[in-house]
Amino acid sequence: MSENKNLWVFIEVLNGSAKSVGLELLGPGRRMTDAMGEKLVAVVIGTGAEAAVKSAVAYGADQVIFVEGPDYNEYSTEAYTYAMEQLVKKYKPATILVGATSKGRDMGPRLAARLKTGLTADCTGLDINPENGVVTWTRPAFGGNLMAQIECPETRPQIGTVRPGVFKRGTPDNARTAEIIKENIPVPAGTVRTTLVEKIMEAAEGAVKLEEAEVIVSGGRGLGKPENFSLVKALADVLGGVVGASRAAVDAGWISHAHQVGQTGKTVGPKLYIACGISGAIQHLAGMSGSDCIIAINRDPDAPIFDVANYGIVGDVKEVLPALTEAIKKLKA
Amino acid sequence: MNILVFIKQVPDTTEIKIDPVTNTLIRQGVPSIVNTFDTYALETAAKLKDADPSIKIVVATMGPEQAKEALKTCLSVGADKAYLVSDKAFAGSDTLATSYVLSCVAKEIAKREGCEFDLIFCGKQAIDGDTAQVGPELAEHLNYPQITYALEVAVENGSVKCRRETEDGYEVLSATLPAVVTVTKTAYEPRYASVKSKMAANRAVIPVLTAADFEIDTNLSGLKGSPTKVKKTFVPQKKKGGIKLQEETGVIAAEKLAAMLSEAGII
Ligand SMILES: Cc1cc2nc3c(=O)[nH]c(=O)nc-3n(C[C@H](O)[C@H](O)[C@H](O)COP(=O)(O)OP(=O)(O)OC[C@H]3O[C@@H](n4cnc5c(N)ncnc54)[C@H](O)[C@@H]3O)c2cc1C
Ligand SMILES: Nc1ncnc2c1ncn2[C@@H]1O[C@H](COP(=O)(O)O)[C@@H](O)[C@H]1O
Repeated sequence: MSENKNLWVFIEVLNGSAKSVGLELLGPGRRMTDAMGEKLVAVVIGTGAEAAVKSAVAYGADQVIFVEGPDYNEYSTEAYTYAMEQLVKKYKPATILVGATSKGRDMGPRLAARLKTGLTADCTGLDINPENGVVTWTRPAFGGNLMAQIECPETRPQIGTVRPGVFKRGTPDNARTAEIIKENIPVPAGTVRTTLVEKIMEAAEGAVKLEEAEVIVSGGRGLGKPENFSLVKALADVLGGVVGASRAAVDAGWISHAHQVGQTGKTVGPKLYIACGISGAIQHLAGMSGSDCIIAINRDPDAPIFDVANYGIVGDVKEVLPALTEAIKKLKA
Repeated sequence: MNILVFIKQVPDTTEIKIDPVTNTLIRQGVPSIVNTFDTYALETAAKLKDADPSIKIVVATMGPEQAKEALKTCLSVGADKAYLVSDKAFAGSDTLATSYVLSCVAKEIAKREGCEFDLIFCGKQAIDGDTAQVGPELAEHLNYPQITYALEVAVENGSVKCRRETEDGYEVLSATLPAVVTVTKTAYEPRYASVKSKMAANRAVIPVLTAADFEIDTNLSGLKGSPTKVKKTFVPQKKKGGIKLQEETGVIAAEKLAAMLSEAGII
């Protein structure tokens, strides 16, 4: 284990560009590598992903390992795990950070099992002991009721996934330069046993942006009926934000699951989160309590959402929402 | 076609309370349930069986004796057979060790049932640990392809085809059989048990597999086989509640709030 060094951040690529979470992870990655006096390495796998490589450098990578080739046109568990396995064997990193996206959470455990090493999922806190390079991974368990600190003392690399939005992206420096290592890793025939038949992007709905949004206005069961999501949408529109939802609203069929925030939905970290008619169950809080500013509108003064809110209005959403939208419109005019 | 479903008994996390003095979880009186996502996995298997009654569905769990209750629940809503895997040598397993034990168990159950499992289902994640790792790690131990976050599962000419949830929408993936599929919350709800099926489940004999009953290297299970260690647990700090406005009308409150937000530079 002593020969393993440097911290890697897996940069997930979407349409040639880096997904935000990878760039977010370069922040804590920088802090940890500085503590160790090691190198911060970004790993980019994909075809036509030069833009992602560029961003990784701008956001602080000292080195980028770039794997390109026809085998990597689309993500597949087995091809990407194979590439990562080869890279790990060759370069022996000490630590790997992966975004806890649907791809990261698909590849991370597959890779960890192949390397027979430990993986800690959905971390919200990362610290490194500069003496021995052991990372303390902090993560929620039991639906956010409890936090656990986990370490992987023996095996290397130690791997963790981190949800989007947990760390804020730093400021890019486009003048930075870094060493780019190109690797050509052809995937042996028969390795990949899955086929991507179809890909359906829900971009039209705007829900895609939830994790990267600066303003989110979410509606819950307290809206009373699906039509009242238009009140939520109107407020989101004047604030330039997007619409989120609680699971109760999703389960009721008022809005699609893509909008769900929480333990079984998305983790978000916007500058402003407005919860409308949402009680604040621990599973919902698990997905949004990292927001910079939280506003709650609820007619029950004892609703737990008020415990995490910076500002709250005790009142009926049907009355408050249109008034708030109007008032903000006026202020902006 | 046969399907093996791995389920886990978990405390109902919506019922969990924290002891304000010791700051620990109060587990007493918290009902144990079949992990929510596993119920969707089982229902998905049951739906495939509805269409093809020749399918055999076996459920299995690694856990304490008490987990038999969860297995009985599964027997009452579609499973044909259940196995409990229980041994001190498995206690304290992290996801790598758990998935290793389950991979050995899958082989053993296939032997005992005298059949191959074309599909192994897991829930997307367990609601206590929330890791979503056991499924993919199990697939790796078995060297099977995997499809995670499945919303719909269909089997057609020798392969499995799933609609899979992603942040950006959906994708449809197919994999060769045998394969591991992890199931997320589906559009359909698990079926209910009938009085008759409950009674039958209660009478069912559930074989218990200990480490001595199947081929396994116990150096790779339990605490010994777990590369990750839990160092500490603590209760998350609650953000302190902020300003709460309760005015005569919602309109007044909304206007006050807008003014405050504007002053604070938030909007
Ligand atoms: C395994 C598991 C995972 C889960 N994952 C998630 C998740 O990812 N995301 C999630 O959100 N939930 C999740 N839940 C569900 C969670 O426990 C709650 O049930 C859910 O968040 C409740 O949604 P809600 O606040 O909209 O509804 P409710 O709890 O019913 O609250 C509605 C609120 O609206 C208020 N209200 C009613 N009428 C009005 C009105 N006219 N004006 C103003 N306020 C009004 C009420 O006072 C109440 O506080 C999960 C549960 C489990 C078991
Ligand atoms: N002890 C266990 N016994 C059987 N199945 C398990 C066990 N632990 C996890 N699983 C399966 O793996 C899935 C993911 O669990 P986890 O990785 O712990 O979130 C669960 O939904 C179960 O299907």
